[in-house]
Formats: sequence, structure tokens, C-alpha cells
Amino acid sequence: MSVIGATGAPASEKVVPLLRGQALRLAYGPDRVVVDGLDLELPPGKVTAVIGANGSGKSTVLRALARLLRPVDGQVLLDGRDIHQMRTRDVARQLGLLPQAPVSPDGITVRDLVRRGRTPHTSLWRQWSDADEAALLAALAATDLTELADDPVDALSGGQRQRAWLALVIAQETPLLLLDEPTTFLDIAHQVDVLELVRALNRDAGRTVVMVLHDLNQACRFADHLVALRGGRIVTAGPPAAVVTTELVRTVFDLDAMIVPDPVGGTPMVVPIGRAK
Amino acid sequence: MTVVRSRAVRQRDGEAATLARSGPAVVLRWRGAGVLVHPRTWAVGAVLAAVVAALCIVALAVGTQWLPLDDVARGLVGEAERATNLTVRRFRLPRVVVAVLVGAALGLAGALVQAVTRNPIAAPDVIGVTAGASFGAVLVLLAFGGTTFGAGGAAAELSRVGLPLGAVAGAFVAAAIVLGLGAGKGPSFATQRVVLVGIVCHAAFIGLVHWGLTRGDVDQATRAAAWLVGSLHGRGWEHVTGLAVALALLLPVALVLGRSLSALSLGEPSAATLGVRVRRTQLGVFLVAFALTGAAVAAAGPVGFIALLAPQIARRLVRAPGMPLVASALTGAAVLLAADVLARLAVPGVELPAGAVTALVGAPYLLWLVVRSEGQR
Ligand SMILES: Nc1ncnc2c1ncn2[C@@H]1O[C@H](COP(=O)(O)OP(=O)(O)OP(=O)(O)O)[C@@H](O)[C@H]1O
Ligand SMILES: [Mg+2]
Repeated sequence: MSVIGATGAPASEKVVPLLRGQALRLAYGPDRVVVDGLDLELPPGKVTAVIGANGSGKSTVLRALARLLRPVDGQVLLDGRDIHQMRTRDVARQLGLLPQAPVSPDGITVRDLVRRGRTPHTSLWRQWSDADEAALLAALAATDLTELADDPVDALSGGQRQRAWLALVIAQETPLLLLDEPTTFLDIAHQVDVLELVRALNRDAGRTVVMVLHDLNQACRFADHLVALRGGRIVTAGPPAAVVTTELVRTVFDLDAMIVPDPVGGTPMVVPIGRAK
Repeated sequence: MTVVRSRAVRQRDGEAATLARSGPAVVLRWRGAGVLVHPRTWAVGAVLAAVVAALCIVALAVGTQWLPLDDVARGLVGEAERATNLTVRRFRLPRVVVAVLVGAALGLAGALVQAVTRNPIAAPDVIGVTAGASFGAVLVLLAFGGTTFGAGGAAAELSRVGLPLGAVAGAFVAAAIVLGLGAGKGPSFATQRVVLVGIVCHAAFIGLVHWGLTRGDVDQATRAAAWLVGSLHGRGWEHVTGLAVALALLLPVALVLGRSLSALSLGEPSAATLGVRVRRTQLGVFLVAFALTGAAVAAAGPVGFIALLAPQIARRLVRAPGMPLVASALTGAAVLLAADVLARLAVPGVELPAGAVTALVGAPYLLWLVVRSEGQR
């Protein structure tokens, strides 16, 4: 996959925005509190991986950070401003989200799906500019979809579809990217492609990336910063090499495991032994 | 990586309008502005407009008295015989204009509702608004609609003025109930709940309409029942004004909302992170659709199936992403015109209500579309 950001990096690239959650209390309805008292700071210009068991609140936290879920208490700050006080469009130019289970409209082509990623940059009068076209083509190329651009998304495989959605978020050209499980449905080669693409986005365009990953080893290998959730609380946060221990794996996943150095990158590698009793 | 500039189209003040390609779409640029055009959408729109125009001419020519085309043309400008002038300009022309406007309003309303609910069988006549308008109108008919046989005068006048108002008021009461109960508290409308509440509302209002019909005397009930089928019979210029104003105001609003609608088709979370104010957009779309429905019902009664059918036909013709709003309006106009012509010709000597034709032809056609597209999955 080729490198992104050729099109002129996001406007606010010089100042990488800082995204923080402060004393967040997140709930679905009055008696369905999922997260309580969560403080979270996403290191700017770094790749952060959020890990945790199913139902531990990863997507919920991401939704709150993306302004989709209004905190019952506490606030999400983007560059020091409460994200709910900002204009929707301004947020959309700063922050892109890949939802966990996106649904494509019937019959839409890959190109038209990815085109919609430009929504925050276009208007009724300026529906499409050279910059928009360049961003579209770059996003298609980066996700290896140039050949499939005019195919209907319905007719793609699960992994190709996931890449099309990722391309949409890339075309949005935001300095902040929130990706909820970007590697689900992908074969191992395309998982690595996507993760390397994420690294390239981070390295070349200086984007801050936050992604939910289920594969601990990939999280260790591709993230600079790890946030481990259990029951809506942060168990630990920090660089993978510093925080991944057998205790952490046991606390977060109820799993006994051995930690060995990854033969490729030297990052921690988790080898499961069995369910902790 | 850059856009291929093909050719300068027009020179003005040294600023060229340019065309560029973006996949199958074309970008039309002039100065700072740039419009993205799917050629097929425009081609289909042009063809549909031509079909509507042709149907208008046919609708002006046929009826109890068939007119040759040159009589129609001369009648339109008032240069035919007196009787022909009268037939064309006084009776047939307003009826044709009402058909176009009602069809367009219903087609557009259906497209908006189907787009915002992302449900191909949602439409104002399924989710209670048309039924609410019907109930409002029936109330007016029963209250003022000619108290005794032959009593025209004030009562008849009241029912003529009051009926459209009753229909619009009924549509808004229904809209308030459907949106109020269906809205939910989240950052977006619970659109599936809007549909469910709407279906219940529809049943309730239809029940009320039937109850209302049993309350009036036979004469009132018969007139109300006839109105309830939806018809263009006897429609005049007084039915055109309100509807024309409504369409002129609401079509541009709908087109502006259309941009947000195409992001909304990706789902509420994606739309929101793409900068769409989801709840506001959804509310706006529903309100525009419901207002159009109220205006259409006020003019022609609750003509069925057009709002349901026109967007589905238009979508299949246009084959671009999203719900084609203009094409749906044009399709609605064409369908209602065709139905009205058919209504006048189907049984010699008898004029059927257009609403009966749209139901008789529309229902099987919709079923066929649904069954066929299910088969493909
Ligand atoms: N829309 C909702 N309404 C009510 N409860 C919800 C909703 N979405 C999530 N929850 C609850 O919140 C908790 C956390 O869910 P969340 O989706 O954040 O988990 P997750 O960590 O992303 O899990 P997974 O790995 O399965 O994606 C779960 O217990 C879930 O039942
Ligand atoms: Mg999740």
C-alpha cells in the first residue's frame, strides 16, 4: 500500500490536536452506566491501541470521544475545548471515525462511498474540487481499491468492504482517526496491510490514531501507547513494552499467558496458556 | 492524481467554466463553485420531464370530448372556438396542473421519508400522515358539508375553504404524534420507531375516518367517501395555488437537505462524524415531507401508492447512490397524470377516481418490484 498524505496533509497538521476524556461517565439510559470516572489522554502524533474483553466498553469510549455519545458526567476535550460546544462540521474536520459495524447503502459503489468522506470539506456550492478528487484517489490507492472503485460495495468481500470504509475515513483527511476494530474481517495479510497503513498515516501525515484491536500482539507491535479496559475502567495505560505483563493479561482477559519478546520487532508477545481460574 | 480538465465550456469575463471527470460523474466548475453531476441522473431527469410534458398534452386532449392536438394548442392560448377554449383552459388545464403538482409533491415526500428512514416501504401514506390529513378533511366535510339536500350557500362555501385546511391540520396533528412519540431521546431520531408509531397512527386514523363516515347523513358520507379515494375530478385553479407555493418553498429545502441525506445513508454515527447535524436533518426531512403530503392531500384527497411507488421507480431508473429527489418528483407527476388519463378512459362513459387507478395498478406493481428484488438477494 502506498503512502498517504500526498494530497496536502490536513490543514491543522502543524498543531496536532489533543483529545482528552475527563472524568467521563458514560451510560445508555439511567441504569446502564458502562463507564464511570474515566480519565484518558491520547498522546498526540502517536498510535494508541485500546484493548479489552468483549463488552468492556471500548466502543462506548470511542463513541464518546467521537461526540456520538454525550457523557452523563465529565467532558471530552478537543484542544482544550468541550467537544459538545464545538460545531459539528469543525469536529468533522478534526476527527474521523470508523464504526465497528458500518452498513453500506444498497447499490453504492466504492467510489461513491469513499467520496462521502469529503462531506466536511465540501458544500452546496463547492461540491467537488481538485483537492477532493486527489484525496479520493489517494485513499483508494492507499487501501488497494483503485481497481474496484466502480464496483458496488455489496459485491465486495467482507475484507474489501472494510477497506472501503477505511478509505472513506482516510479521504476525510482528519488529523485524528478513531478506528473501531479496523482489522476485523480481514485476512492476516490485509490485517498487516491495514496496520502498516495506519502506521504510515501516523508517520507521514502526523495523524493521531486511536484503534480498538483484539489481537494483543498486533497492538504491541503497531501501537506506541496501549490503553487496557476492563469493566469500563482503565486497568493500565502506557507503552506496550512497559505495561504488558502476565498480570495485565490475567486482569484484562482472565487468561494465563506467557510474555516473550516478539522475534520480529522485540515488542512483547503474548502466548496464551489457558483460561485463568 | 489530479483531475483531468477536459475542455473549457464557456468563456465569460475571462473565467472559463470547466468540466472535469470524477469516475463516472462529471464536475462542472465555474469560478469558485463546483457541482458534481451524475450524467445518468440528468439524462433520466430530462427523459422524465419529456414524459410528463407528453402526458400533459394527452391529458389535455382526452376526455368526454376528444380534441385534436392543434385544438389543444390553440385552446391553450385562447384562440380556438369558445367552447374549446373553455374546455382546455378552464377545466382541463388546472386539472392537469394539479395532477403534476400533487404527483410531484407525493413523489418527493415519499423519497424523503424513504431516504431518512432507510426503509423502502415507508411513505407518508403508510406512517399515518395521509390518514391524519384524511381524518381532518372528513371532519370538515361532516361539519359543514351541505347540511341538507340542495343546501349550497354558506355551508358549501365553508366546506370548500375548510377542507384543505382540515387536511393540512390533520397532517400536522398526525406528524406531531408520529414524531413526538417516535423521536426518542438520543442524538438521532429512532427512525424505525417513527415508522412503527406511524403504522399504528395510520390504523387509528383510518378507524376514526370510518367512524366519522357513520356519523354523517348518507349524502355527506357518500361525498366524503368519494373524496377519500383521491381524485382530480373538478379540480380548478383554487387547488393549484397552495400546492404550488408549498412546492416552490419546500423543493429547494429538500434539495439542500439532500446533501446531508446522502451522508445519513451511511448510518447516523458516520453521518455525525462527517459533520451532519443528524437530528436536525432528520426533523427537517420529516417536516418537509409531511408538509408536502398535507398540501397534496388538501388538493386531491389521499391518492394512494404514489409516494410509495415513485421513489422506487425513480431509484431504479437513476441508479445513482441515494434517493433521487427530483427524479422521484417527476416520476410521481408522470404516474399521477397517467393514472388520471387512464381513469378517464378505462371505462367508457364513466370516470374513475385517479386514486382507484393508482391503487389498482400501483399495488401489484409494487408487489412485483418487491418480490423481484428479494429474488435477487
Ligand atoms: N446501545 C446500547 N444500549 C445499551 N447498552 C449498550 C449499548 N451499546 C453497548 N452497550 C453495553 O455497554 C457495554 C460496553 O459495550 P461496548 O460496545 O462499548 O463494548 P466493547 O468493548 O466495544 O465490546 P466488543 O469487543 O464486543 O466490541 C456492554 O455491556 C453493552 O451491553
Ligand atoms: Mg466494540
